[in-house]
Amino acid sequence: MEEQFEKIEIRKPENIVYKKTDLLVDRPLSYCPGCGHGTVHRMLMEVLEEMNIYEKTIGVSPVGCSVLAYDFLNIDMIGAAHGRAPAVATAVKRLWPDHFVFTYQGDGDLAAIGTAETIHACNRGENFTIIFINNGIYGMTGGQMAPTTLPGMRSSTSPYGRDVPTMGHPLKITELVAQLPGVHFVTRQAVHTPGNVRKTKKALRKAFELQKENKGVAFVEVVSNCNSGWKMTPVQANKWMEEHMFPFYPLGDIKVDGKLVEKKEMVDKE
Amino acid sequence: MAKIKGDIVINTERCKGCEVCIAACPFTVIAMSKDVNSKGYHFAMKVNDECTGCTNCAVVCPDGVITVYRAKVTTE
Repeated sequence: MEEQFEKIEIRKPENIVYKKTDLLVDRPLSYCPGCGHGTVHRMLMEVLEEMNIYEKTIGVSPVGCSVLAYDFLNIDMIGAAHGRAPAVATAVKRLWPDHFVFTYQGDGDLAAIGTAETIHACNRGENFTIIFINNGIYGMTGGQMAPTTLPGMRSSTSPYGRDVPTMGHPLKITELVAQLPGVHFVTRQAVHTPGNVRKTKKALRKAFELQKENKGVAFVEVVSNCNSGWKMTPVQANKWMEEHMFPFYPLGDIKVDGKLVEKKEMVDKE
Repeated sequence: MAKIKGDIVINTERCKGCEVCIAACPFTVIAMSKDVNSKGYHFAMKVNDECTGCTNCAVVCPDGVITVYRAKVTTE
């Protein structure tokens, strides 16, 4: 079948409609097959390329699966101590106010060990973007229970499911930071279907454009899968995420232009 | 009659065989191969010529291995 196509010569450089951006290096990503990190990395780099700000952008990589983000993103990056990315980003942004700064953090980094840094950076209204990848589990260390693990969800440290009376409630950190006055834009997206990937890209673009206006923190949560930690195939994990993660973490904008979005709209946008 | 035709090229060495692109394709153009690449993954491959160049597969691919081409083809 492939030979037929070569006959009509569609494979010409001028016919390319989609190609991986060069800002993402050609090295194979270290993530598991089907992991949402790769998609978010690519969307992030596409946004920086389209806005033509990649030479003026500094990223702060976390500790977690995406600790090696500086190896894949072909821009200036700093590695921060576990959970301290918002504190490092604060310093970078204050010293380079005309540069674009973002942190890229997972749920173990942002919502567990780095809760204090996250909340205070958001409350101070620092002008950078926080990209938060929430997969409800500590992926890199072997699928232990995280603050964002759902009630009843199995992980390697809660093999019978998260028991709320003994292990506590899951932390909706995104809703929490949306209450703070220093936060300007809060949204929750996903990257498991083409439509959601495109919405995530729009949200990332908006978050970076807000940095020009110095309005405050832009917080983009991406609900992602962890098929290795959840012990599923990537396609099963995406389905499980739709059925179990989205009812608890509904997709959509939570705070736009400094004003909380009514809950009704959030449900409609799902 | 002019018709929109698409084509995809998959970088099989970088494909990790997650099959997310198969679920995303509206015309079931992609299937998994029986062969494996040098890392031992069954890679995605194009199995028919229904492709319209919608870019859905390339957009969801976590590793960005798919390049999409699209052109108007005149048929009689």
